[in-house]
Amino acid sequence: MVEYIFYALSVICIACALLVVFSKNPIHSVLYLILAFFAIAGHYVLLNAQFLAVVHIIVYAGAIMVLFLFVIMLLNLNAETEPHKNMLTKIMATVSGGLLLVTLVGSFRAAGQVEMVNLDNSNIGTIENLGKVLFNDFLLPFEISSVLFLSAMIGAVILGKKQLS
Amino acid sequence: MKEVIQGIPLNYYLFLSTVLFSIGVLGVLFRRNAIIILMSVELMLNSINLLLVAFSAFHGDAKAQVFVFFIMIVAAAEVAVGLALMVLIYRNIKTLDIDFLNKLKW
Repeated sequence: MVEYIFYALSVICIACALLVVFSKNPIHSVLYLILAFFAIAGHYVLLNAQFLAVVHIIVYAGAIMVLFLFVIMLLNLNAETEPHKNMLTKIMATVSGGLLLVTLVGSFRAAGQVEMVNLDNSNIGTIENLGKVLFNDFLLPFEISSVLFLSAMIGAVILGKKQLS
Repeated sequence: MKEVIQGIPLNYYLFLSTVLFSIGVLGVLFRRNAIIILMSVELMLNSINLLLVAFSAFHGDAKAQVFVFFIMIVAAAEVAVGLALMVLIYRNIKTLDIDFLNKLKW
């Protein structure tokens, strides 16, 4: 049963990722990317990371992709304004992407079966456990990330506002 | 053999993440629309997130999931600044075709 869910989610995820790259209309790309993110959230639930799945949906589908949609609609991008690359660049991009895939898969296969123990610990993904780890071991990076957010927010506002002249 | 979690080997997650990452690289190389390139970068970040969560589940260690939080934080900040840059670029040259952004090329 779990295997079938895994295969279904993987097929949805890969198909939507390919459609993100190959669809002409940028709005369709955004919608397919949201579908791919939902499939990845399903994978998180399958891996016993329930809190991360919820955060993933809220942050990506709820915030980041809405921002993408806003910008695409604000700039009025659609299939007609879509720039086209010449054929040689497309072929070379496909070849190099395929070569990267072949190299990585080949090296992973050559590395052999990874020995991992399943500790049968299904509560590592709960809010309680993650909060303990985050505020005990990663307190300083957590605080620094707030500074990162503040600087990103100020930078986005300064970049986005009209030039004063 | 205790390397299977709920019947799914770790290698499957490794291959799935590899395929997703390669599709992201393909998208960056294939498209000229700068917003699609930013979306492909998001796809690559998500493949790495998936791999980190898979290793976390197989290892029984919650620290990898905290790393996924930090990757999400960086991705959110990157998207905010990146989309502000897109708006600025569009306001100046009226297109998002990256082939017109070649002033810094040489």
